[in-house]
Amino acid sequence: MLATILSPTSGGAKLNGFSLDDSENVRRSIGIVFQDPSLDDELTAKENLEFHARVYHLSEQEKNKRIPEVLEIVGLNEKADLQIKTFSGGMKRRLEIARGLLHYPKILFLDEPTIGLDPQTRRTIWEHIENLNKQQGITVVLTTHYMDEADYLCDRIAIIDKGKIIALDTPENLKNVMGGDIVIIDTDDKEKFQKVLKFDWIKEIKEFEGKLNITVLNGEKAIPKLLDLSIKHKIKINSVNLKKPTLEDVFIHYTGRAIRDETSSSKDLLRSQASAMWRR
Amino acid sequence: MNMIGDIYAVWLREMIRFVRAKSRVISSLAMPFFWLVFIGIGIGSSFSLPGTSYITFLAPGILGMTLLFSSIFAGVSVIWDRQFGFLKELLVAPISRTSIVLGKVFGGATVSMITAMIMLVVMVFVGLISFSVMILVSIVFMALISMTFVSLGVVMASRMKGMEGFQMIMSFLIMPIFFLSGALFPLENTPGWMQVASYLDPLTYGVDGLRGALIGHSIFPITLDLTALALITISMIIIGKYMFDKAN
Repeated sequence: MLATILSPTSGGAKLNGFSLDDSENVRRSIGIVFQDPSLDDELTAKENLEFHARVYHLSEQEKNKRIPEVLEIVGLNEKADLQIKTFSGGMKRRLEIARGLLHYPKILFLDEPTIGLDPQTRRTIWEHIENLNKQQGITVVLTTHYMDEADYLCDRIAIIDKGKIIALDTPENLKNVMGGDIVIIDTDDKEKFQKVLKFDWIKEIKEFEGKLNITVLNGEKAIPKLLDLSIKHKIKINSVNLKKPTLEDVFIHYTGRAIRDETSSSKDLLRSQASAMWRR
Repeated sequence: MNMIGDIYAVWLREMIRFVRAKSRVISSLAMPFFWLVFIGIGIGSSFSLPGTSYITFLAPGILGMTLLFSSIFAGVSVIWDRQFGFLKELLVAPISRTSIVLGKVFGGATVSMITAMIMLVVMVFVGLISFSVMILVSIVFMALISMTFVSLGVVMASRMKGMEGFQMIMSFLIMPIFFLSGALFPLENTPGWMQVASYLDPLTYGVDGLRGALIGHSIFPITLDLTALALITISMIIIGKYMFDKAN
């Protein structure tokens, strides 16, 4: 809807100071990278970009300056004159990001930018996205099903379920909702150890699969303290394990375990997914 | 002013694609060529028309056929754009739907006119059609015919989800348009009901106009053909734009 493909059923929104009704200015302010490729396979990389430059009304000089620039950003300078049908999935995705940037957008929308890509390509795209945000100062809004991607890239994360935002915060704050880290300790003297663990930095102790699950706010700092205590009280510890809550745990916490029945049409962009965003 | 640039951008893309797809050019020339040679000579050797040879009579009809097929195909290519995703790039660009449709129509029309012109050159070269100023008039007809049928293709593409339906269109729309247009036989001697159907066929006026311009033989005066076809072309472009809007 913010990309002006769908019109709002009610209410309104502003992008870069332009109301959604002003679709021409809104479209000029945003760059979009769709989930599925939207390049012309018969054209070369450069021709695809030239087409984009024309329909976004860049002047001839701007066009000639900007095309090598954006190709440089995504590292495709040498492939400029190759037809898209010779490109791999990752190269296509990078070219689409370059195309999304061509007309100096203020906001870049990425719909699942790394879906179906190999780990190397995924890392490269992450680097490009980070670079865009940090160095070029572009606000990036991305949707993803990969929790690690949202965690790694985003300053603020919104979890969307059934078309509604059910949580919106920084990754750290979202993870804190889970109540902190869990230190898992395997010891033969479980009762004795449990008795000495009466501190306010210990939030909860549970026995799970024969081991002690100790919930603390900061796992890294708690482990040495716990070990000191065990030495002091002469308790033998067999193993220590630290489990930090992941965004996936947070996602499940908010959306529940039930599998979603997706009846979304191609136009329905709001799915049960984490949508992540960050700002400068 | 911007709109001209937008239309040009869409048109230019069609041109680049056309130049890249050399095999398509050759195959779109092969069929009308075979029609002209085999049907023209085959039927011409058993039947005769008063005043002109059958193959001469057929030649403008084959031009009409070339334009019909390649134009419809160019219009229907909107479906490919949708399937391969490029249509999304067009739809989110800050350009109007009118520019998109006009760019498509002009692009498709240019492509099919190039094909038809190659046929025309061949026809002039082998002496089926004599070289005269009237060739310029025929070019106007070619432009109108191709724009009409690219628009019709766009309308079809707006109603279709995938290429599966193309066979249906071929059998129930394109072939009847072709047969009823009088490209293959004179309409004057056909039964009344068929003449009515023919006069409802846009291509009839195109073929008749081409015949009038190129071999000096037509049912209607050339100005009537021109007026009728121009009105049809404008309406088809408007319908094409409306249907494209509705589908996207």
